[in-house]
Amino acid sequence: MIIAVASGKGGTGKTTVATNLALVLAQKIKVQFLDCDVEEPNAHLFLKPELKSAEPVSIPVPQVDRERCNYCGLCAEVCAFNALMVGKETVLIFEQLCHGCGGCAYFCPEKAIKETSRPIGLLERGAAREISFVHGKLNPGEALAPPLIKAVKQTIASFDLTIIDAPPGGSCPVVEALQGSDYCLLVTEPTPFGLNDLAIAVELLKKLHLPGGVVINRSLGGRGEESIVSYCRNERIPILLKMPWDRELASLYARGEPAAAHLPAWGELFAGLGRQILEDERRAR
Amino acid sequence: MKLAICAQGEGLEAPADQRFGRCPYFVIVEAETGELLKSISNSAMAATGGAGPQSARQLSQEGIEAVVVGHVGPNAAAALKAAGITVYGGVTGTVKQTWQQFHEGQLPVLDEATVDSHHGIS
Repeated sequence: MIIAVASGKGGTGKTTVATNLALVLAQKIKVQFLDCDVEEPNAHLFLKPELKSAEPVSIPVPQVDRERCNYCGLCAEVCAFNALMVGKETVLIFEQLCHGCGGCAYFCPEKAIKETSRPIGLLERGAAREISFVHGKLNPGEALAPPLIKAVKQTIASFDLTIIDAPPGGSCPVVEALQGSDYCLLVTEPTPFGLNDLAIAVELLKKLHLPGGVVINRSLGGRGEESIVSYCRNERIPILLKMPWDRELASLYARGEPAAAHLPAWGELFAGLGRQILEDERRAR
Repeated sequence: MKLAICAQGEGLEAPADQRFGRCPYFVIVEAETGELLKSISNSAMAATGGAGPQSARQLSQEGIEAVVVGHVGPNAAAALKAAGITVYGGVTGTVKQTWQQFHEGQLPVLDEATVDSHHGIS
């Protein structure tokens, strides 16, 4: 089973939920953890894996054979990302704009374009005790996260459970991270921003036909989160856990320590969340 | 020679636009006389990325030989150079006023970018 942890809004507690869930469930089943938040991976700070390998991940970019090119301009015309500019005697390639789709090489009538590879980031593998760990690290300044996320997801193997820590937001990198999952946990917080972005994430789950449940982090109960509770009721999305506002949890987080490993009560909460997801996913099927 | 001027609207009285890749219109005039040839909407104005190169390509297809801009980013500057289009800086006031300044030889030729990428996204 593959569970993705997403949020819409950033900073709501995706990594807190994903890492703690991995730690408590790994006591019973075989868990693989993928940090797909490749622009700012931070799960390793909490799981503290021993990284054993690092490999560069690249995307294909066009290279023009000046002998063959007749500057017809078709490559620039078919490029949806404006990554090519054909002048009178030159072809410019804007590598940062290229998505590596291969359209230019495919359509070139002179067969003057071949593809070379451009590294965009690093894929690192290791293990945090019994948890198999993989994450992607996008090179600074790089705009294209999805190809690296795809590479991280290609490492998915037959574990009992794969947990994906997704990037925030609701655009291409999130879609890439969520696709192919069986269930998605949405972590939110009781603020207007939390609710606004939760609704965006819920719309995304609908489009991906992905069942999901909500975790409210920094919960103070009462009227503050009524709007989230009623939103979830209307959308028929279960609220699986309310994580109470807890200074000790925040303090552990700031030191890079997972709560489940230090506070038994929090370990219980996350174990209960794990059981609910497995049940909810079974019901949704 | 066809001269393009970055503009917020159509025609000679339209306000000039400081942006290149994201300006709504290019007003094309005859460089020597200032006569209005036509106004074209910038196909790259709402492009998700690569607006500079796309605008340069559009101007190249229109047979433009020079363009007057406020600012130009690195990709746009490189693309305009490849297309053999001369870039002048200093759009000001309306299209007509900009042309007058150009005609009087007061506008500087820009050889490279004046701003970073994505400067004109508002």
